[in-house]
Amino acid sequence: MKYIEPHAHMVSRTTDDYERMALAGCAAVCEPAFWAGFDRGSPAGFFDYFSRLTEHEPKRAAKFGLKHFCWLCINSKEAEDVKLAEEVIALIPKFLNRPNVLGVGEIGLNKNSRNELRVLEMQVELAAKHSQLILVHTPHLEDKLKGTRLILDVLKNDKRIQPERVIIDHVEEHTVKMVLDAGMWAGMTLYPETKCTPARAIDILETCGSERLWLNSACDWGVSDPLAVPKTALEMKRRGHLASAIEKVIFLNPKKFLRQSGKFQTS
Amino acid sequence: MTKQQVLDLYFLDARHKLIELAAFLDRVERAEGKDDFRLETFRAALGELTGKKKSRAKDVLLTFSDITTEPIAKATDKGAVGAFPK
Repeated sequence: MKYIEPHAHMVSRTTDDYERMALAGCAAVCEPAFWAGFDRGSPAGFFDYFSRLTEHEPKRAAKFGLKHFCWLCINSKEAEDVKLAEEVIALIPKFLNRPNVLGVGEIGLNKNSRNELRVLEMQVELAAKHSQLILVHTPHLEDKLKGTRLILDVLKNDKRIQPERVIIDHVEEHTVKMVLDAGMWAGMTLYPETKCTPARAIDILETCGSERLWLNSACDWGVSDPLAVPKTALEMKRRGHLASAIEKVIFLNPKKFLRQSGKFQTS
Repeated sequence: MTKQQVLDLYFLDARHKLIELAAFLDRVERAEGKDDFRLETFRAALGELTGKKKSRAKDVLLTFSDITTEPIAKATDKGAVGAFPK
């Protein structure tokens, strides 16, 4: 079963995970820049991280026949320090032309603060100025509804942003419709405890249709499963979905969105 | 899927989760001390399960959500607790 993992934090995972993903049919893995679980103390920490995402991690993935792509940004959890954010954002343009960089992400909000919003606007500006795709993280749990609304307002107010070149990630039942109605793509993250379970993600597909929707594991250093996408494909099969419908969600949809970068390809 | 197929696939799993919810409520009520807004919101969300609407998952999520619209002044922590005090 061929699939694309459009959101995985492989710097946090073992090589065994790369092997298991390859064995499960993964054709490409995409890694947004994110919070490391601790705040980095300087722009140099981010420079090293961006170098790792664009130089080292593709080599690690290639050992298992996997194409590796990434997104670059400062994440919302480290966006309260606006001066640090400005210095990190200034580093990003020199990385954007690297062959595995798909765009700016995962930008967004965490606690929906004024500074987070300001840094989000700065990174939307960066993406617009450099004609980059955008991948957006929406907040967790009780903060998701408000954050998704604030994020959509920022994106819709910038007339340079083409909605079909934006993916809003971590949607759930209460946010998916507002994202799709805005003409943007929506990502469903499959987590054991928070975000969507496989069963609920398929419920959303059955009620909203599969246009502009994708599935991802967002596997990282926390409770998460790098095989969540193929496991959800298996669940779709158990529920009687046709092979062509499964292929659309786990392979063709992410491929369609990501190819807008001009760089994305599968192995 | 037919209703019978949904029941065949998911009934035992849903039954298991419902009993876990019941046991959680028993556990928290057995415990000493005060509860907080999370339990109040949890009970409000439980009320969404018994209606006829086919948007129960969405309505439960909305019950737990911050429905204010203005950004907060400053993020003083990074985590979320799962419910918003009403």
